[in-house]
Amino acid sequence: MLKGRHLIEPMDFTVEELETIFKTADGIIENPEKYSEVCKNKLLATLFYEPSTRTRFSFESAMLRLGGKVIGFPEPNSSSVAKGESIADTIRTIACYADIAVMRHPKEGAPYIASQYSDIPVINAGDGGHQHPTQTLTDLLTIRKYKGNLKNLKIGVCGDLKFGRTVHSLIKAMSRYENTEIYMISPEELKIPDYIKEEVLIKKGVKYHEAKTIEEAAPELDILYMTRVQRERFFNEEDYIRLKDTYILNKEKIKYSKKDMIILHPLPRVNEIAYEIDDDPRACYFQQAKMGMYVRMALIANLLGVL
Amino acid sequence: MMTVNSIKNGVVIDHIKAGNAMKLFKYMNLEKTEYRIAMIMNVSSNKKDKKDIIKIENGIDIEYEELVLIDPEITINIIENEKVVKKIKPQLPETVINVIECKNPRCVTSIEKYVDNIFYLSDRENKVYRCKYCDEKHTVGE
Repeated sequence: MLKGRHLIEPMDFTVEELETIFKTADGIIENPEKYSEVCKNKLLATLFYEPSTRTRFSFESAMLRLGGKVIGFPEPNSSSVAKGESIADTIRTIACYADIAVMRHPKEGAPYIASQYSDIPVINAGDGGHQHPTQTLTDLLTIRKYKGNLKNLKIGVCGDLKFGRTVHSLIKAMSRYENTEIYMISPEELKIPDYIKEEVLIKKGVKYHEAKTIEEAAPELDILYMTRVQRERFFNEEDYIRLKDTYILNKEKIKYSKKDMIILHPLPRVNEIAYEIDDDPRACYFQQAKMGMYVRMALIANLLGVL
Repeated sequence: MMTVNSIKNGVVIDHIKAGNAMKLFKYMNLEKTEYRIAMIMNVSSNKKDKKDIIKIENGIDIEYEELVLIDPEITINIIENEKVVKKIKPQLPETVINVIECKNPRCVTSIEKYVDNIFYLSDRENKVYRCKYCDEKHTVGE
């Protein structure tokens, strides 16, 4: 039962519950008209304590396409938060007006606090460098749509594996599916944290490989998941400049890849995927953004229990 | 040779890592009690090079469960009529509230002071707890 639940971290839902959401998303993709009024008279509150236009638009368009309405603030200076109101008080007030809330916050764990004080479902839309569960749902729905299912897949994750929360969440989420194999492609400085290896991969018996270049892993992969090397994660500008161009994907590097491999990226990209890849039929990152909207529609509808 | 008399009834906290006795003493607020207490430090030990021991006469009402979060190797001996009647090796609790403080400056508990500091046990073998809010790691004894 998903009605009334919160989504704070990707593992909050079981594999079966996720499948319920994905099946709703399948239905929406197939016949969006059928769902265009299901949230009529429902209100979504978007509480963005730091700006994230892309994520906010995705949630707002999801709610509007379900026939619902949206209230909220796009950054904290325009709200009572600027006057020093606590998260607990803000959510308790918002819960009087809205039916469901989406929260983005720079502090890790803020949406969890909100969920503890809220009578309405709270969705975490990113809390600092910690969790971004709807990105994980987006990734899973995209993989499921383009690969047919979520089992027996070889996934290459490339770029910033040290700080990249989307990659950590994706690895955790995929570790729950049968015969997942993970290829981790990164420079030494941005390797996956040990705890992901120890507490997820080793504990769950997931087969994994580490590679220094895209080329050595690419021929094996069913999915290549690229990430951005973010400037703000570095203390030192020189380190950033030295590493940012290390893992740029171009046609040459996937010359020997499978014809049905898919290339994903959480977006926005800077330069880690060359524009020449955009025309490759394996590039799925813009479709992935669309899947993000569909999965958010499916999530909102299930949490509100309107289906 | 220093001699400390044995106690008739009470508790002996044994196998304390050398140097940790004072931490335990403070955590239990023993200075505010009226128990007769002996704190013995840097004793030779078979298991370790050195250990500390705390003896608390009649102090059987003290909560010992959380002490393991400060020193995971301790043993609690319950003494009655000068004999050890029970030996307890405390286990790490699944959840601890307001014992460990999150050190992650990005954690929401650094700004929202009204919430409890909650840590959950994520790896019993390696004695690793994680913050319920931000997953910051805390290894017991480090």
